Amino acid sequence: MQNSRRIILGYNSGVAFLITAFAAFMASGANAAEPIPWQMNFQPAATPVMEKIIDFHNLLLTIQVGIVVLVLGLMLYIIIKFNSKSNPEPSKTTHNTPLEVIWTVIPIVILIVLAVPSMKLLFFMDKAPNPEMTLKITGHQWYWSYQYPDNGDFEFDSNIIPDDEIKPGQRRLLEVDNQVVLPVNTEIRLLMTSEDVIHNWAIPAFGVKMDTVPGRTNESWIKVTKPGTYYGQCSELCGVNHGFMPVAVKVVSKDEFKKWAAEAKKEFAKAKNTPVKVVKMKSPAQAQLR
Amino acid sequence: MSETAHADAHEHHDHRPTGWKRWVYSTNHKDIGTMYLALAMIGAIVGTAASMAIRVELHEPGVQFITDFQFYNVLVTAHGFIMVFFVVMPALIGGFGNWFIPLMIGTPDMAFPRMNNISFWLLPAALILLVIAGLIDGGPGTGWTVYPPLANADFHPGMAVDFGILSLHLAGASSILGAINFITTIVNMRAPGMTFHRMPLFIWAMLLTAILLLLAIPVLAGALTMLLTDRNFDTAFFSPAGGGDPLLWQHLFWFFGHPEVYIMIIPAFGVISEIVSTFSKKPIFGYLGMAYAMAAIGVVGFIVWAHHMYTVGFNVETRAYFTLATMVIAVPTGVKIFSWLATMWGGSIKFDTPMLFAMGFIFLFVVGGVTGVTLANAGADQAFHDTYFVVAHFHYVLSVAAIFAMYAGFYYWIGKMSGKQYPEGMARLQFWVTFIGVNILFFPQHFAGMAGMPRRIPDYPDAYAGWNMISSWGAYITAVGAILFFVVLWKTLTSKETVAANQWGTGANTLEWTVASPAPFHTHEQTPAIGTQPAAIGTQPAE
Repeated sequence: MQNSRRIILGYNSGVAFLITAFAAFMASGANAAEPIPWQMNFQPAATPVMEKIIDFHNLLLTIQVGIVVLVLGLMLYIIIKFNSKSNPEPSKTTHNTPLEVIWTVIPIVILIVLAVPSMKLLFFMDKAPNPEMTLKITGHQWYWSYQYPDNGDFEFDSNIIPDDEIKPGQRRLLEVDNQVVLPVNTEIRLLMTSEDVIHNWAIPAFGVKMDTVPGRTNESWIKVTKPGTYYGQCSELCGVNHGFMPVAVKVVSKDEFKKWAAEAKKEFAKAKNTPVKVVKMKSPAQAQLR
Repeated sequence: MSETAHADAHEHHDHRPTGWKRWVYSTNHKDIGTMYLALAMIGAIVGTAASMAIRVELHEPGVQFITDFQFYNVLVTAHGFIMVFFVVMPALIGGFGNWFIPLMIGTPDMAFPRMNNISFWLLPAALILLVIAGLIDGGPGTGWTVYPPLANADFHPGMAVDFGILSLHLAGASSILGAINFITTIVNMRAPGMTFHRMPLFIWAMLLTAILLLLAIPVLAGALTMLLTDRNFDTAFFSPAGGGDPLLWQHLFWFFGHPEVYIMIIPAFGVISEIVSTFSKKPIFGYLGMAYAMAAIGVVGFIVWAHHMYTVGFNVETRAYFTLATMVIAVPTGVKIFSWLATMWGGSIKFDTPMLFAMGFIFLFVVGGVTGVTLANAGADQAFHDTYFVVAHFHYVLSVAAIFAMYAGFYYWIGKMSGKQYPEGMARLQFWVTFIGVNILFFPQHFAGMAGMPRRIPDYPDAYAGWNMISSWGAYITAVGAILFFVVLWKTLTSKETVAANQWGTGANTLEWTVASPAPFHTHEQTPAIGTQPAAIGTQPAE
């Protein structure tokens, strides 16, 4: 919690102070890894990648606010100074080469200033340097399945808990029956594919968002620095129940993870041959299109 | 206005059809332009209805009235297609382009008047096919991007997607014919003395748009045909099981799709340039820079398509290239913004409704433009991709900015087109209602997107309720603005108050202001005289 506050308060120091203060006020007292009402910022980072994304975005936002304020200021000045009442005689200036060179060169300089951290971030987030384990993720219409090749090679499906089964305190549209369990402070390689259409496995707090494409295997990685439960949603239109295939990841200590993996191996070995559970959402069209 | 008298004298010798034949058989650029504008208004009503249904559904968490989520996806798809192909393109390109290209370059009509007719009439046919697509077999719930495998026969059985493909084929053919006509007209039929470097910026914008259309639409047509054969004749261009690749579609689609967004916004640049110059009573600042900035945007627009695909699993070098190439676009765009400001600087500005919309355009385009720089970075985009932040970004630059350019162009030219004066007070009210409405509608979507809300979902986790409610209220305000627009349109067309040939005074010095208002059926029957300055062509009509 301490850490998350720091990140939110560190956001765009000074430039949009009111917004920041408001968001920090709204964020205080909330759990680390889900959207909260009236949130205006990113969810607090839980991985090094997301921390770097937030840092980079702070730089971007500072420059953007500056540009918008500059343009707005110039327009207000023009409105006050150069309306037909205060300035009845229009000037005849149509060229000013030094000025035109300046407003071409300054944006180029700004872009170079942005490009350097942008490239650093991009190459950092690409691949895990030393992955300690692998999680295989497969997208289906409309649920996820997960496989743990390094921890006993068991696999299971993860379905949404529909609205009519949601218990008080659970998060509507975000909770699943079988959460992914992963160890904290571990570099984990994510391998993703899809069995039918293109889906997208995304968790905002991890800074992970990767398409699962049939016929391809995509790679991403995470190293979660704080235990907790993290939520995301499918982020590529995948059909009728696109909005109803959430991602929920429970991050636990390494010991707890070992215990869970041993139990899960037994539990899901039994379940392997049972038919896929079909979750009934309210849409009558689902049955026809499945 | 000796020319008007001249045209009147010829009126009796015209063998032009009347009644329904005047419109169906029309080869007159003004009538065809009017029909394009009318079609865009019909499209706008349908497309806005779809977006209102979406916003009402998203007003609160949970299901409001759309119980069939396939129908929700069809609404999303229809909203996108209709707004792109049947509102923005017909209004800015077909409507204003047909009306004002011949008037501004001093020629009697388009180069190929009969082709102009078929290029218009393909479009209502396309719109009908699209509506049919939405009504049969569950409709196309694919989004306007139509990504396979979701758009394949396995996941969209039935004929809905096929009808959608045929609709886009017709709309594409219409655009290609129109583009050929525009290019031929602008290259060959300019009045003597109007060199390329003396064309009004609106003409530059239309020429560049037409070139983009001619290069981009055939790629879409090819991709659509491949999808059609995948669906119906067992080919496997996009199916991995048969050796194809779903990403091939995305590459082809966005190779068309990215230039397409410039096809929508470059005409808007042209309209805004004319209006800013007219109301500042100054020639455009940095004319050549403005023209070549648009050309640069058009060229670079063809080599940045994969920034729509950062999360498909590219290698990191590919994403690095597309990040850097995309950021380059900010430079010519910045040149345009600063040149508009410099045009206003030192001007003697009258803030009539067209100028209000033009200034609204500039501000909103800057807001949408800076978030574009954010999204250009593949690294940052991993957090933003497919969230409402993207929805906010492209609605600021396309929906809001392009529609502001359409409103601006309408108020600027309605006097020339109808000969009537629009009601200034009510028009200004319409500006303010729309300006406030769109900002309440789209600005909170940045926040929802940063908090993680994905696009294209019919229901959302309860935490996103606040900003969605605000956004929906903004949508209702914007809809009031749209209704006000139709009231203004009605009041204008039924008004008794007429306007002079040059209603905007000394600032308006392009050739369309030298002919009478309303512009006679045939104009420029005598070749007009052209001056020497780029933005001061034509004779100055007496005040």
